[in-house]
Amino acid sequence: MALIVVLLAGVLAVSVLLAIGLGSAAVPPGETLRFLWAAVTGGSITAEEVTAYQIIWQVRTPRVLLAVLVGAGLSVVGVAIQAMVRNALADPFVLGVSSGASAGAVLVSATGALTALGIYAVSAGAFLGALLVSALVYLASRGAGGLMPLRLVLTGVAMAFGFQALMSLIVYFVPDGESTSTVLFWSMGGFGAATWGALPVVAVVTLVTVVALRRFARSLDVLALGDETSVSLGVDTVRFRRGLFVLTSLATGAMVAVSGAIGFVGLVMPHLVRLWVGAAHVRVLTIAPLAGAIFMVWADLVARTLVAPRELPLGVITALVGVPVFVLLLRRRGYLFGGR
Amino acid sequence: MTRLLLDDLSVSIDGAAIVNELALAVGDGEVVGLVGPNGSGKTTALRCVYRALRPSDGAVWIDGQELTRMPLRDSARVIAALTQEGRADLDFTVEEVIALGRAPHLRGNQALSVRERELCREAMARMEVLHLAERGVLSLSGGERQRVLVARVLVQEPRLLVLDEPTNHLDLHHQIRLLSMLRGAGLSVLVTLHDLNLAASACDRLAVLSHGALVACGPPAEVLTEELLREAFGVEASVVPHPFTGVPQVLYDLGTATTMKGNPK
Repeated sequence: MALIVVLLAGVLAVSVLLAIGLGSAAVPPGETLRFLWAAVTGGSITAEEVTAYQIIWQVRTPRVLLAVLVGAGLSVVGVAIQAMVRNALADPFVLGVSSGASAGAVLVSATGALTALGIYAVSAGAFLGALLVSALVYLASRGAGGLMPLRLVLTGVAMAFGFQALMSLIVYFVPDGESTSTVLFWSMGGFGAATWGALPVVAVVTLVTVVALRRFARSLDVLALGDETSVSLGVDTVRFRRGLFVLTSLATGAMVAVSGAIGFVGLVMPHLVRLWVGAAHVRVLTIAPLAGAIFMVWADLVARTLVAPRELPLGVITALVGVPVFVLLLRRRGYLFGGR
Repeated sequence: MTRLLLDDLSVSIDGAAIVNELALAVGDGEVVGLVGPNGSGKTTALRCVYRALRPSDGAVWIDGQELTRMPLRDSARVIAALTQEGRADLDFTVEEVIALGRAPHLRGNQALSVRERELCREAMARMEVLHLAERGVLSLSGGERQRVLVARVLVQEPRLLVLDEPTNHLDLHHQIRLLSMLRGAGLSVLVTLHDLNLAASACDRLAVLSHGALVACGPPAEVLTEELLREAFGVEASVVPHPFTGVPQVLYDLGTATTMKGNPK
């Protein structure tokens, strides 16, 4: 296990370095490392290197780091949500968060609200939209025995339709080019808008989510045995599920606000990791963030280099690469989730 | 000494009384069988003991402590339950599922100690699932899964075992084995069983529920009468003593099912 972690951490470090160097203007890894070193230590570079340095440090580094954070975050949130709603089809967006975020973002960019927040206005709109949907889903899914798993999924799916309609309505009545591209960005996701400014918030959110979920790994295992069994094993399912809901909603909201709804990673990474290391959450939640981060870094690299200088929507890549890999693996191994 | 006490336990759901002022005690090392027809409130009563349900009225006492005043983890160290819940969501290995029985005794992700791992092995050997240790639980047959779940409640090292239809899915060999193990384990047990003959052999006392109320309680020889079978279960049957053990055994004659008293027509 420790070996796998070290190995994956190594692969991630190399991937990050390569991804920062590669792009429409490729910089060799050695150079990349030197620029990064200069940036961190305040070292000097020559005048003709300034452009390359700018690309490396101001554009690509925050972008790749954001991919690392969001890839790790979406993967662990996917693991937690699948356990929380007891459904193999669940992903971070199953509770309608992404359509709430899109609607919020479009509303802000169409009406010019929240201008006080400057360049973060649209992200703030997306985050607020995500939280609004989460709150609505929460209120609608509460029953006598706490949040009910199936009702969570059903309300989430219904909310997703509702907020998609709302978003279309806004685009229909305010038909400027801006909101159409906002819609596309938020529904497919991407790291094109990454800046150093947004990184610390996402870093804190991702770190807290990974650490907190991993701490409750055994409780997640117990929860998967069923609610009645969980109670008999001392896990308060009502409180635990509520905690999971709040944590995953905030984390998903924060990630969507900076990178849009990048599909597929949060659905497939949990399954792929379980195929690899088994179902126990302490292992899954150790491997999933690393595997998710690596996958996301490479997906983003493909998205921005395949038809450079144009950029493909990231969600297209994650799905096009992920679907065949996933289907093949599912067929090859006797993988079971809740049934044959 | 009284281990478990159901003190006039009542449960009503949406105004309908499912369990009505049930008073029942399980002594130290005593095996008490809860029997009764479908819908008589057996499972509901058990759910109050393993805390999936809060009683509407009355209380459950374990070793002199009122259950709802105890933290969930504390009661889980004392009471282990085999529920009727079906399969797990995730494909844990048999070993992992059994180890989860230690969850109430461990902090966070703390690893099992050597003694605890030995405990798990013993429980697996006892339930004859050692050869399945590495298998995924989702690929097991119903009977194998049931034995794994019993092993899980054993490693919980409870003072009281609550078992809801533990013989479900088990073949004859494993039914007999499980019940004789329960008798020999020295644990206090509250168990629901459908098979009255097994219940009579395995239990020190039988408590008969009908429409949520206790209609008879005592040693099997006193409780299992032809009149009770007619009244509570709606069957005409003969009760004869077992030729070797003397335990009452019920012999059925098909075609004698009577209309149950109080059933909606």
